[in-house]
Amino acid sequence: MNAGIPLYLFLILATIMFFTGIYGFLTRRNLITILMSVELILNSVNINFMAFNRYLFPDRLEGMFFSLFIIAVAASEAAVAIAIIINIYRRFTTINVEDVNEMKY
Amino acid sequence: MTSNQIMFLLFSVVIVVFSILTVTSRKILRAAIYLLFVLVSTSGLYFMLNYHFLAAVQLTLYAGGIVVLIIFSILLTSHISQKAEPVGWKKSLFSALAAIAGAVLSITTILDFNFSATKVAAEEVNMRLIGKSLLSTGSNGYVLPFEVISILLIAAMVAAIVIAKKGGPDKTESQILKQ
Repeated sequence: MNAGIPLYLFLILATIMFFTGIYGFLTRRNLITILMSVELILNSVNINFMAFNRYLFPDRLEGMFFSLFIIAVAASEAAVAIAIIINIYRRFTTINVEDVNEMKY
Repeated sequence: MTSNQIMFLLFSVVIVVFSILTVTSRKILRAAIYLLFVLVSTSGLYFMLNYHFLAAVQLTLYAGGIVVLIIFSILLTSHISQKAEPVGWKKSLFSALAAIAGAVLSITTILDFNFSATKVAAEEVNMRLIGKSLLSTGSNGYVLPFEVISILLIAAMVAAIVIAKKGGPDKTESQILKQ
């Protein structure tokens, strides 16, 4: 099943993915690409949970349920964020974070 | 090298390459498609770890739901061939430095820590067990987070509709027409 693959390879892969997401979060200016970076970060955390569950506590299911709830939270977060982005686009006709700098119109 | 290791290598190369492309690609629609590749390979990793249910959830919810939502909002808010402005080298350099420093710190910590492998027999994850755990109140039950997440989902749905609803209460038709 997972013979021959040590646990730390999964953790290193998730770390690389997490910090790629951080890099995107810091450099991107478009709101939708920032949201995509956040999805990358959440996804890397899920990989960590699943690997820990399989390698260290294979007789329990806690990591799997944590990942399930993280996916649900990510889905609702994406829905609300995209609603806000579309509203911002309607007000400012741009979704560049540097041009959206007033709270009240 | 077993077939397992080859599959893991393949998935990790796809994940690393496409996540870097996701955050650096200047065409937004392409970045969304690269994100789709990353999510599908992650689902492949879950299949490798023998969590079939979560892999299916990952495919349907992330790859099917969120990516489609993102692509729709990209089409609504920007032109297809629109290119993002290039990032300034200063910002790019310092962000990359911060990310690499964090990654190196985390990876050295992971390699230093000695994870003790367990000899516990792996439990088979079948749908019956998942359903029972989700709705049981016992020591391995998750009924409280399950109910909380259902309230969160309905709140998010209502909030998304209310926020994205056209026009505000203090906006007359003429103002909308003027814009």
